[in-house]
Amino acid sequence: MSGSVEVQRRFDHAGMGEEATRRRRRGGEEDDEEEEDEDERGMEAWERAYADERSWEDLQEDESGLLRPIDTKTLVHAQYRRRLLQKSAASAASRIQKGLIRYLYLVVDLSRAASETDYRPSRMVAVAKCAEAFIREFFDQNPLSHIGLVTIKDGVAHRLTDIGGSPESQIKALMGKLECSGDASLQNALELIHGYLSQIPSYGHREVLILYSARNTCDPGDIMETIKNCKNAKIRCSVIGLSAEIFICKHLCEETGGSYTVALDESHFKELLLEHAPPPPAIAEYAAANLIKMGFPQRGAEGVIAICSCHKDVKIGGGYTCPRCKARVCELPAECRICGLTLVSSPHLARSYHHLFPVTPFNEVSSVVPFKLSQKLAQTCYGCQQSLLSHGSKPAPHVSCPKCNQRFCLDCDIYIHESLHNCPGCESHRSSTT
Amino acid sequence: MNAASAPSKLYSDDVSLIVVLLDANPFFWASSAAAAGDSASSHHPTTTLPFSKLLNHVIPLLNSLLLLNQLNQVVLVATGVNSCGYIYDSGDGGGGSACGSVPAICSEILRRLEEFVVKDRLQGKSPDKVVATGVSSLLSGSLSLALCYIQRVFRSRARHPQPRILCLQGSPDGPEQYVAVMNAIFSAQRSMIPIDSCVMGVQHSAFLQQASYITGGVYLKPQQLDGLFQYLSAVFATDLQSRNFLQLPKPAGVDFRASCFCHKKTIDMGYVCSVCLSIFCKHHKKCSTCGSDFSQGPTDANADRKRKTSEVQP
Repeated sequence: MSGSVEVQRRFDHAGMGEEATRRRRRGGEEDDEEEEDEDERGMEAWERAYADERSWEDLQEDESGLLRPIDTKTLVHAQYRRRLLQKSAASAASRIQKGLIRYLYLVVDLSRAASETDYRPSRMVAVAKCAEAFIREFFDQNPLSHIGLVTIKDGVAHRLTDIGGSPESQIKALMGKLECSGDASLQNALELIHGYLSQIPSYGHREVLILYSARNTCDPGDIMETIKNCKNAKIRCSVIGLSAEIFICKHLCEETGGSYTVALDESHFKELLLEHAPPPPAIAEYAAANLIKMGFPQRGAEGVIAICSCHKDVKIGGGYTCPRCKARVCELPAECRICGLTLVSSPHLARSYHHLFPVTPFNEVSSVVPFKLSQKLAQTCYGCQQSLLSHGSKPAPHVSCPKCNQRFCLDCDIYIHESLHNCPGCESHRSSTT
Repeated sequence: MNAASAPSKLYSDDVSLIVVLLDANPFFWASSAAAAGDSASSHHPTTTLPFSKLLNHVIPLLNSLLLLNQLNQVVLVATGVNSCGYIYDSGDGGGGSACGSVPAICSEILRRLEEFVVKDRLQGKSPDKVVATGVSSLLSGSLSLALCYIQRVFRSRARHPQPRILCLQGSPDGPEQYVAVMNAIFSAQRSMIPIDSCVMGVQHSAFLQQASYITGGVYLKPQQLDGLFQYLSAVFATDLQSRNFLQLPKPAGVDFRASCFCHKKTIDMGYVCSVCLSIFCKHHKKCSTCGSDFSQGPTDANADRKRKTSEVQP
């Protein structure tokens, strides 16, 4: 008797799950905010994955009964195109620039809610791992920017590391202190960061990224005042929630111009977090345009003996010499400890140029429209020479560059726009202006 | 910057995929041939090489790369002055022709190279221009093609050869390609693809020095171009795994200084616009690239902070 009740309940849950899947799939087509379903009573996260997603239904058989491999290429490409068009639409609005010199505070929530185990092994560990990848990616894409770390624990916000430009020291500090307890207080974190960010130079863009696991906030005062202060100080606050959508986070992000997203699972969380690595569109008036004095040091020859100013130790060979005070530093980018000059090398600046000169999005080529008579039938992708025909003579979906009219396969399209930032067709033809 | 070990991808240890970018700039090679022509009077007789003699060194290199390991793959891309194109792909069955036999490969390469050069010349604005020495070739284009091809190889199967790029360059650097070349270099660094360079021109190439330094490749400017094949086979033919055991030319003095946007001279201290990151040698009222107005005076990052903290202390 109880067995059949059990089975019945499971079917009910499965029914709810299917609707939730449909809702989530629809929700996935829209923009940022998505809600997670309420915890279904009695089911662990792994059980929910079977009930909701039903990945076995995606499998198909071909005519001889063998399984057909799942073709995710077009799905991935469609997701990527949506992302790309969103980004280019946002940047097409006038007076929106990219904030290239960013001072970002990463707030990690170490309250009681972070010890939940719905992210394996616990939310705190999953967040720390993704934060490490984020910090590396952040410095890769924004070499002139700085990150600082803040934790929320026991209702108090504590600054873990000072704002700095070296990824290794930040990551070491983060991994060292991973224990959670107590409540989360959003206001204390914002007040603390507001104090620190008021000291940074005026040409920098101020940002806060909060990784929030808790479902509430216990604040000592009026958080609306704090939010207003942050807005006046031109700090852009973004939140990535791990549990559910909270009104106060949404309000904070809307007021300060940041983005609020809620993660559904670990891989989605990582995706949302890495979306914050490229520079966001920034309002022009938020940071004063300034000419920053920088030094471009030469690399020392092998065999030169000097005392480096960062480790206070004798080093042989390598290293860079500050052009103003001739002190030795070990790696770039750095700030000379003796005279305070920002030291960079030209590749560091060049890493950010692709944000200013992005590749235009390619146009999809419809396979139904016949090729014009004047155009030669392009059979291979211009970039990788892969055949653009699938199953004989039918052209597979591909894209073409609006400037040079060369055709590219979908994989090259993704690689060109996300990693290479050069169109091979445009680069391989000498333009008429040169 | 050590690109020799890459544990995240499944590699066979000593199998390589080498993409060779051959400089086919007719202006450079014509001036090189002219210089070689009167080498009897010049005091550097072996620092110039005509294109025909170059192929005598490059084609044996391609063959020896294919001989080193049965699974090695070689792709040849030509860098022209108006266009770039794929010339030869050993993994493709030699572009449709009979694969395997050395004379067939050789004639195939020569035929397609000739077709490429003729097409390249016709694509120029004024095909019969007088020989000029300062014209650069489209290095950024061929680097981008090479990287797209290597990404395709990464996607194709789980076990794949270790890729690397070999740049045989003679033409001078074109400053208008700086951003594109740097983008290609960073993308190669992320995918852990070393870029080796062999410079056969008169002066060093700053782009290729940076490329080889950042990606962990080898940069070489041979002193005696008569023996180019010896340099190529001793330095560039070895696979990445074996490079740990060899003494290869070390980078000497890579110049990372920037050049200012206003005068194009290299500077070691300058001013950078915070909006568009353009570099200037002296303080300007307005940025010439993005038009931002610098109403305040020149600032130093630490000066503000030091001033503020000294104000706070009573």
